[in-house]
Amino acid sequence: MSNTSFSNLTRGIVRENPVFVMMLGMCPTLGVTTSLENALGMGLATAFTLLVSNAVISLVKSLIPAMVRIPCYIVLIASIVTVIDMMMAARLPALHETLGIYIPLIVVNCIILGRAEAFAAKNNLFQSLLDALGMGIGFTLALCLLGSVREIIGAGSIFGYPLLGDGGYPVLLFVMPPGAFLALAGLIMLFNRLRRVR
Amino acid sequence: MKTLKSSLFNMIAALLGVSVLSALALGYVYEITKEPIARAKDEKTLNAIREVIGSFDNNPFAEKTTVSAPGGKYKLELYPARENGIITAVAVKTFSDNGFGGRIELIVGLLRDGTITGYKVLSQKETPGLGTKIAEEDFAGQFVGLNSYLDDISLTRSGGSIDAVTGATISSKAVIDAVGKAVETYKKFNAGATGHE
Repeated sequence: MSNTSFSNLTRGIVRENPVFVMMLGMCPTLGVTTSLENALGMGLATAFTLLVSNAVISLVKSLIPAMVRIPCYIVLIASIVTVIDMMMAARLPALHETLGIYIPLIVVNCIILGRAEAFAAKNNLFQSLLDALGMGIGFTLALCLLGSVREIIGAGSIFGYPLLGDGGYPVLLFVMPPGAFLALAGLIMLFNRLRRVR
Repeated sequence: MKTLKSSLFNMIAALLGVSVLSALALGYVYEITKEPIARAKDEKTLNAIREVIGSFDNNPFAEKTTVSAPGGKYKLELYPARENGIITAVAVKTFSDNGFGGRIELIVGLLRDGTITGYKVLSQKETPGLGTKIAEEDFAGQFVGLNSYLDDISLTRSGGSIDAVTGATISSKAVIDAVGKAVETYKKFNAGATGHE
């Protein structure tokens, strides 16, 4: 793998992490990271959509005039998400059961449009797929990190398994919306500090 | 990298092309997935009936009857469960539009004397991690054993015995609303079946 390809793949994971660095997709980030399980579901569903949408957009990019590209991308992304939703409901009802509630939320996730606009519209299919993979992994990792912090502090459990005995009192605030902001702020602070040291 | 020039014609053509292709793709996928989705949904309903009622030897799904609520504001589907030909329990497919994210659909199981055997969430759009807890045993278990005729099915703050899910009072109230609808409809069905209230 050439140097650019490798850097396209890894960029999304740390250096330009969608959540901690680019601050994209804050709505699902804050909204669904109440537990690790939810975070993982949302992350994987988003990563998959990102792969498909980056691929489609990098393929049709030369057919779309620059001035109307955003409405075209939005229509394409919304259609892709709806198709994924329906296909999943029909073929994998069990998986749809668990991930189903996150899928409509992906349409409004600006990472998808952000990567389409910033990367897939300017690069070929292979590089766009690498970018989508990296960004997807970075987003999933960030969500899982936030989800674990909130679940451990807010519910006293991880992946649904209780960590505290009867004596522990979880800080319920952390699974509620204000806790999302607190946890995210803390993690971004930590992340920035670590990056600067490097 | 070259793209098409943003002339008026190109822009209209691109937008039209994208919209038409997307519409065709959506229409096609909708058509081919309609049946499997409906089948999966029926399967889910039947599983929910099995879970709330337990044992029966007929097919409650085939015997479903639609009963309109007292006042006729809404209609619910009832699935009678029989053992040796006698109706032992009834599953009611009920709903509430007062959920935090819109409609909540439940299957509620009721014994002949009106005792609630539990409920199962069929569909919901509540907040993940908060409102979705209405499907969990901690909350749902509180309904088991309540009697439609004797008990007041409402939140503790309004005099009942149900503790709301913390942080999800609206979702909890929606479940109570849905169960209340099921109970009302069941009472009407029962009165019709036995001839007395």
